[in-house]
Amino acid sequence: MPSLPDMTTPNVADLAREAAQTASAHPAVPQPDAGQEAFSEMLLRLGDSTLILGHRISEWCGHSPALEEDIALANVALDLIGQTQLWLSLAGEVEGKGRSADDLAYLRDAWDFRNLLICERPNGDFGHTLMRQFLFDAWHHELLKALAASSDPRVAEIAAKAGKEVAYHLERSSDLVVRLGDGTEESHRRMQEALDDLWSYAGEMFIGDAKDAEVAARGIAPDPSSLRAAWDQTLQHVLTEATLQIPEGSFAHKGGKQGIHTEHLGYILSEMQFLQRAYPGASW
Amino acid sequence: MSKEWPLWEVFIRGQHGLNHRHVGSLHAPDAEMAIMNARDVYTRRNEGVSIWVVRSSEITASSPSDKGPLFEPSNSKVYRHPTFFDIPEEVGHM
Amino acid sequence: MYAQLVKSEGMKAREEMSPEEIAFQERIDRGEKIEPKEWMPEGYRKTLIRQIGQHAHSEIVGQLPEGNWITRAPTLERKAILLAKVQDEAGHGLYLYSAAETLGVSRDELMELLHAGKMKYSSIFNYPTLTWADIGAVGWLVDGAAIMNQVPLQRTSFGPYSRAMIRICKEESFHQRQGYAIMMKMAQGTPEQKRMAQDALNRFWYPALMMFGPSDKDSVHSAQSMAWKIKINTNDELRQKFVDQTVPQAEYLGLTVPDPDLKWNEDKGGYDFSEPDWSEFFEVIAGNGPCNKDRLGARVRAWEDGAWFREGLMAHAEKQAARRAPVAAE
Repeated sequence: MPSLPDMTTPNVADLAREAAQTASAHPAVPQPDAGQEAFSEMLLRLGDSTLILGHRISEWCGHSPALEEDIALANVALDLIGQTQLWLSLAGEVEGKGRSADDLAYLRDAWDFRNLLICERPNGDFGHTLMRQFLFDAWHHELLKALAASSDPRVAEIAAKAGKEVAYHLERSSDLVVRLGDGTEESHRRMQEALDDLWSYAGEMFIGDAKDAEVAARGIAPDPSSLRAAWDQTLQHVLTEATLQIPEGSFAHKGGKQGIHTEHLGYILSEMQFLQRAYPGASW
Repeated sequence: MSKEWPLWEVFIRGQHGLNHRHVGSLHAPDAEMAIMNARDVYTRRNEGVSIWVVRSSEITASSPSDKGPLFEPSNSKVYRHPTFFDIPEEVGHM
Repeated sequence: MYAQLVKSEGMKAREEMSPEEIAFQERIDRGEKIEPKEWMPEGYRKTLIRQIGQHAHSEIVGQLPEGNWITRAPTLERKAILLAKVQDEAGHGLYLYSAAETLGVSRDELMELLHAGKMKYSSIFNYPTLTWADIGAVGWLVDGAAIMNQVPLQRTSFGPYSRAMIRICKEESFHQRQGYAIMMKMAQGTPEQKRMAQDALNRFWYPALMMFGPSDKDSVHSAQSMAWKIKINTNDELRQKFVDQTVPQAEYLGLTVPDPDLKWNEDKGGYDFSEPDWSEFFEVIAGNGPCNKDRLGARVRAWEDGAWFREGLMAHAEKQAARRAPVAAE
């Protein structure tokens, strides 16, 4: 039978070469195939989310309500930026076009970013920032637990390291949400408003698409919807103690994972990427 | 209303199994937050494996004016120190 | 320095001293540390509160010019390094406020004095960071100047201040190096990067020299502070040391120190250099620097906007304590 053009792998020779390279560095890598695109997409979704959220909370440095909080929040930002370096490096490796983590962070436009919309929401007041952090941490923690059992050992290794960091993030953000929810009338009001405001941005974390299904089928990452029950439980527990009301609505804004963002991301990127864009090719 | 978070003293035990050591102080609304703040403020460079915190106001300290009676008497008990005793070199290390 | 123009008491002659003051001075002369609850002259306590407070304020106001560039850092690694560095400054502020608190003033009180303009912070932080090279220059020159002063202060007579300085010096060792590393990259980079590096040096050189404060060789305030070992060197000594150390570093980078009169003086074994414009210094101290309003405004805003947060946590802690307290017998 004559060989037919292969529609899913446009350049088999390239892929084979890439496989040989990565296989020598990481013996247990799954074989490259059409799923690689979904795999690198999944890694961008992770790395972009930690990048944009880390960027957002780093905006607080020097402006927090107390020195202790300033230092603590900077630690969270540092963890997230560190995780970004790992996820985006791996994304570049899997993509196989020779792009580094910095290339991906600094030289893509907004439509190529794959972060969750909740990460790019403006900081608002400190309570709003903490509520966003709590909603994200509760999901992030579950996600990393699942990723620690990934069929891809590189993913599992990063997830194990990041998981320890995020366990602490969640502990801290939960404790603060409880205290502020059950604090003064004003702090309660502000936290409830933050929760109501952010609620419609939380659902996106659990909505899967074809790419999610593909990596889930290969055992690389969990199905996003599978994380919902544990997340609900964490929220139930923490928000009850915080005397806050979980909003009723189930509407979820989405699109971040597919590159359709809010207006905020463009401003974040124009600030973040300024030097790389203004002085192309310079080394810093 | 403006009420300052109380002051806490922070003690950290490092990697090497020595006692908890006083490293400094910080402000926090309660003990649990004080532990977390201590983790964030005083272990940024991998300094510790265990943290104690105690309200500064709960510490009872010896009085500086008692320094003489409290500590000087031990100056004269030189025999408590190993260097007090001469051991001949041929006995070896002791 | 981070504590410039700290008002001290006039120097007392020995025959004017009370027996307690003589005993106190003798302890300091013997190199003993003074601890918080021990007897100390009121002037010593007040001068220290001013000095340590000013030093602490400088750390947290000093977060702002560098913090400016965290969101614009050019690589992920630079972003992390800068964030860690600016975070360290917050930590240093915290250690210093804690040291001041042992003298009977609370951190909130000190903050309020800063916000009311009744306490100062170092003049250097009223200058803007306009380019990425400024982040290099701040680390290299500003931290470099600060270290000149902080290293000897590890031996200061007041125990808590000395211990804070020891911790700060240990942590700060990477700060100046990260600044110089940025400058090296720029100086070896594209023509635009080189221009940026030179421009940063041009703008930060004299403000860095001002950090040490005007000459105090004839000041009675400084003489008293030196007798108390809360000031270890004169401003001129430190400034000279800084210039001698920094000029070869600039030469290595291939940058020009913006002082046509700078030259090596074989006799004194140091550089001769031009004094900064002290009228500019006094304007900046008086509130007329390029960024005074922005810096203080940012601190006040952070404090006021955060009040509900601090109060909320305190209210919760009190509720919890009340819930835990045993119910009073009827």
